[in-house]
Amino acid sequence: MSTMYQVLRGPEHFLPPAAASMGIRLPDPGQAHIHGKIVNEDEAMEVAARQFLSAKVPTIFPGPLVLWAWNEKAAGKATAIRHLYETLKECVTPSQQAMLIPMPDYRPKYPKINPEIEINPNHPNLTIWHNKIDTCMFVGVHCHQANLSLKIIRGGTYCYTIAMCAQAGHEDAMVSFRDATADKIRKLADWVKKLKGSVEPPKD
Amino acid sequence: MSKERIKIAPEMFDIMPEEYQDLVERATYGKEGRGWKDIGTSKELIEEHSLCAGCPESMAFRYILASLPAPEDTVMVGSTGCTSLVFPHVGVHNIHSLFGNQNAIASGLKRALSVRFPGQVKDVVVLAGDGATVDIGLDMTLQAWFRQEKFTTICFDNELYANTGGQESGLMQKGFVAKMAPVGKTFEKVKLPEIARESGCHYVVNCTVSKPNLVEKVIKNAIHVAREIGPTYLQLYTPCILEIGKNSMEGLQEMRDSEKPTERFAYKEYVSDQAKELLTELAAKEKERKAAAKKQLADKQLAGQA
Repeated sequence: MSTMYQVLRGPEHFLPPAAASMGIRLPDPGQAHIHGKIVNEDEAMEVAARQFLSAKVPTIFPGPLVLWAWNEKAAGKATAIRHLYETLKECVTPSQQAMLIPMPDYRPKYPKINPEIEINPNHPNLTIWHNKIDTCMFVGVHCHQANLSLKIIRGGTYCYTIAMCAQAGHEDAMVSFRDATADKIRKLADWVKKLKGSVEPPKD
Repeated sequence: MSKERIKIAPEMFDIMPEEYQDLVERATYGKEGRGWKDIGTSKELIEEHSLCAGCPESMAFRYILASLPAPEDTVMVGSTGCTSLVFPHVGVHNIHSLFGNQNAIASGLKRALSVRFPGQVKDVVVLAGDGATVDIGLDMTLQAWFRQEKFTTICFDNELYANTGGQESGLMQKGFVAKMAPVGKTFEKVKLPEIARESGCHYVVNCTVSKPNLVEKVIKNAIHVAREIGPTYLQLYTPCILEIGKNSMEGLQEMRDSEKPTERFAYKEYVSDQAKELLTELAAKEKERKAAAKKQLADKQLAGQA
């Protein structure tokens, strides 16, 4: 299905349409999407790495599927995510601040979450606004919660969203990978390392 | 059954909020003989809550969560009401059902868990208010008991609809005038404990939550009986201090006043013959466990002296 709709940085408006309803489709294995356009996975790796390196506050949001050591696979992904975070920290300039903020569970928390130390899928904008996050990556978040959050983020913030999904990907992210593994996360870290110094850091 | 199943990925431990670190390191998951005395000595499965100051329901919640025999293998099913404000804070799996639907959800859940985890203990505990249990959900409550579903139903009886402003409920006492029921209740409080007994519940208790050791005992009994034999029902008086015109400090006294022998929450218990047999067996085992633990401690002290 051809489409004119592009999944771009927000704030789009109060109720952005679900990208799927605008004709955005999910990538097939080996593919990814950038702003809704299906591309080769390597192309998306490069774009994601560039986004991280050009952001003031590039942030990774690991979800419950990787925060908790359910099994060896989950623990392996957690190690790879930490590696990506450490790589990011090494590769950004002192004016940039890489962050790793967990989404430990999905419960709405009363009276509110502490946006300095966690993100909640029901109001992800609080953490993004508080920390001035301009690029983020979701990983290890159950798909329905990721869809909800990605849409809220697109609706109300300027944040660029990347989804490292272990299933079929997310239409509502600006860049979406699918079939995420620990190796794929490490590959993204390699791209960040490879592009270090070649991407202009953000201007104040 | 232990904390082994609840682990944070080592690489992520330092970024997890403190409450989660505490939960996996200092909570009582897997502890044999856990109970209300653990409150204040180790990480509780609920600490902060969003109920009113002094609400007896918050005490009840703490005692119940401290007394679950196997919290890591327990799923609680809640319903609309004050309890649903608390469930987002508890460290036990829980499901929020539609108003009144809780016993139907619990029935399906219990059966699904038995199929998915054959041979493993998985407890299901329904915890709902009197509106959900007796008025809106009475059909589902009774049908689950008729079918002999193996789970525990706990009703927090505050004798009215509290968080919507004080409407009349089936468990309200006769003659009571509430903010949204100005005429006063014209018929008697529904005798659900008696109905539960006649509907096939094997362990039924009607009491207040003024005594934590008693709450611990009945919770453990109810869950063990439900696990092995069939449905159990606990009706716990958790007065809404706001709706009955009391102050924050007066909840405990209200419960003590209501549990006197002639009052409506005088301790009442029904145990079926099958359940009696099981509870006697469990009591004997518990006695043995305590004696062995005592002996082990004495031996250890003796070895230390030598």
